[in-house]
Amino acid sequence: MADLTAAAPLTTADGRPLKEALARAQRRAKTRAFLLVAPLLLFVIVSFVIPIAQMLHRSVYHDGFSANAPAVSAWFAANPPGTPPDEAAFAALAEDFRAMKAAKTAGEAGTRVNYTLPESRSLFTKTARDADRLAPPYRDAFLAVDPKWADPEVWQAMRSSSSAYTSDFYLSATDFRHTADGGIERVEPRQRIYVYLYIKTFVLSGVITLLCLILAFPVAHLLATLPMAKANLLMILVLLPFWTSLLVRTTSWMVLLQGQGVVNETLLSLGLITDSGRLRLINNQTGTIIVMTHVLLPFMILPLYSVMRVIPPSYVRAARSLGASSWTAFRRVYLPLTLPGIGAGALLVFILAVGYYITPALVGGADGQLFSNMIQFHMSKSNWSLAAALSAMLLAGVLLLYWLYDRLIGIDNLKLG
Amino acid sequence: MAEVSGRDAFVEFEHVQKSYDGISLVVKDLNLTMPKGEFLTMLGPSGSGKTTCLMMLAGFETATHGEIRLAGRPINQVPPHRRGIGMVFQNYALFPHMTVGENLAFPLEVRGIGKDEREVKIRRALDMVQMGGFVSRRPAQLSGGQQQRIALARALVFDPELVLMDEPLGALDKQLREHMQFEIKALHERLGVTVVYVTHDQGEALTMSDRVAVFNDGVIQQLDRPDELYERPKNSFVAQFIGENNKLSGTIEKLEGSRALVRLSTGEVIDATPVNVRETGQKTLVSIRPERVEFKPEMMPKDAHTIEAEVRELIYMGDILRARLKVAGSEDFVMKMRNTLNQTRLQPGQRIKVGWHPADARALDPV
Ligand SMILES: Nc1ncnc2c1ncn2[C@@H]1O[C@H](COP(=O)(O)OP(=O)(O)OP(=O)(O)O)[C@@H](O)[C@H]1O
Ligand SMILES: [Mg+2]
Repeated sequence: MADLTAAAPLTTADGRPLKEALARAQRRAKTRAFLLVAPLLLFVIVSFVIPIAQMLHRSVYHDGFSANAPAVSAWFAANPPGTPPDEAAFAALAEDFRAMKAAKTAGEAGTRVNYTLPESRSLFTKTARDADRLAPPYRDAFLAVDPKWADPEVWQAMRSSSSAYTSDFYLSATDFRHTADGGIERVEPRQRIYVYLYIKTFVLSGVITLLCLILAFPVAHLLATLPMAKANLLMILVLLPFWTSLLVRTTSWMVLLQGQGVVNETLLSLGLITDSGRLRLINNQTGTIIVMTHVLLPFMILPLYSVMRVIPPSYVRAARSLGASSWTAFRRVYLPLTLPGIGAGALLVFILAVGYYITPALVGGADGQLFSNMIQFHMSKSNWSLAAALSAMLLAGVLLLYWLYDRLIGIDNLKLG
Repeated sequence: MAEVSGRDAFVEFEHVQKSYDGISLVVKDLNLTMPKGEFLTMLGPSGSGKTTCLMMLAGFETATHGEIRLAGRPINQVPPHRRGIGMVFQNYALFPHMTVGENLAFPLEVRGIGKDEREVKIRRALDMVQMGGFVSRRPAQLSGGQQQRIALARALVFDPELVLMDEPLGALDKQLREHMQFEIKALHERLGVTVVYVTHDQGEALTMSDRVAVFNDGVIQQLDRPDELYERPKNSFVAQFIGENNKLSGTIEKLEGSRALVRLSTGEVIDATPVNVRETGQKTLVSIRPERVEFKPEMMPKDAHTIEAEVRELIYMGDILRARLKVAGSEDFVMKMRNTLNQTRLQPGQRIKVGWHPADARALDPV
């Protein structure tokens, strides 16, 4: 009997193998489930995956030079780095310049070289104007147009532009540059802006997250413990900022915080500050911190509230009855139970803060700018590749933090609402 | 029932009142005295103020008026964590982020008890509830009954003299509940702790308690031993709330000493024991337990009045037979008979005469 059941595969009543019958029975349900999520899947791919992939691609790809100067690009490919440009190289360059002049693309190629070596674009447009007059010997002809053509750095910059795929933008984004002999070095201390700003952005985001947590915790606790009717009213106040335009909120902060603003006038009339000692609360880092904390506060309150609301009061009561003072009960029982909310809120606020740019742009002044303002700046200058490289760095930083969070606390402990 | 004298009183409520909203009283003039070591149950319908009383004793609610004393000391001003009262909550309230061992260590740590002594006490408490092998489990990995035991162990691990339990078995199924009732009772006897237990399961109250306080509407209706409560309810609320009960309404015809003659609204006359009726002509509700109703003449006292009855339905319940009778115009008069070998099997439609010992029929206030 036992042998029989073991040998023969199980079948359904009408003799089909059980496995096949099960697969068939589930196929319909699976197809239907897939069709249901298909629009969303498509939407996510079109609006999220593709743009990010494209952005990452742009950060390592720029064919402004390689496509418009094929002859000299070929020469770079044939000769190892560090080879001084010979007559053949100048001949190839002259050929490219004539073609570029005809197609009016010298500016495009120059722009690409300009990213690697500033002030190269004008060299290209200037040379292109005289392209028709370039005649052998080409080297002398080029030097006659502009002596800069003898500068090995120009050639190094063209060399690194000659391949469409490049790490130049990441080099710039981390304050490095190519040296004439093909190595890399850090840029002048005066020009090192990105790494400093990157660190500052993360530090400021951390400060803002901490401030949000400190402010949100009591509010969320109040919301969770008040009777429903009062809690709803308070909740509306918490959500109110969501219903006003970000611009309006930021502008009202300007009214409050500026030198002649409400806060300073109040402090002045209370005699806490003197007229000459008015606080600088806006158009600097302080402004960025104050306004962003306010803007992001609801993102901390909501996850905290959703976690606190479901913590039964009997836990703290149990702790108290077991002999814990109210502080001990809070620290050892209540606080650990709110950790998923703290984690979710902190992660949310931090990630939002790292990528924020409107608020710092409006109230940050010179020293309150964040990394994303840099991205926005380069985008407005059409330097898409550098903007993409900076964005990718930001993305990498956030992903790293997310990974750390998962390792330390666990993503499944996250409770967003 | 022996009155508890003021001297050996352990828990005392004196004229305690409680109002949440300042409009209505949830607890009205509560007076209660418990000796050390007693197992007292608060029993009552939902909303009668049982939990409120317990919370006032534990210190989570303040009495609006009156005084609560523990071992002779007023505790109105003592914060909950200084009262040294163990507590078991209805949903157990085991800390979900701590293991069983950490849960039990918690009350010991906050008391500053050293690690070695802690281990000993935790082991002892876990063995007490037969959960020795579960130290490193999380509460979520335990069944309801196991969580219940851990909650019990946690409330006892720091050797409190008073333990409060608010419907601790409410979430368990019937069989487990009965088993745990037995275990809690055994623990109480072994440790000699004083227990205040809240339930609205009257069976639980009767089987476990030394005394039961029946609550209704913020007032203790009767505070008595279980047998007294069941056999000699002091008013119709208690009679109806505890156990099954037949009610016959009528007026007092004659009142002499411990005997009353009651004329029912349909004209029949029955014997009863007056409880809270004072004069003839007064309206009354006579209460008789179904198992004290007899239909065999030889089982009734000689001079007892009997009354006509018609069998409407007979329900076989295994250990007992339950007959629904029509008596004095009421259709739901119940009689219980033991299912013995030679028990008479009644038939629906059969006419019989039922009677009872006058002591078993109690003439109470009408509701
Ligand atoms: N925190 C509170 N605020 C206002 N009213 C309350 C509060 N707690 C209880 N009450 C009211 O007090 C009354 C008694 O409540 P309590 O919880 O003591 O009843 P209970 O006897 O324990 O009932 P149950 O058997 O349902 O647990 C109820 O009418 C309840 O609505
Ligand atoms: Mg209750």
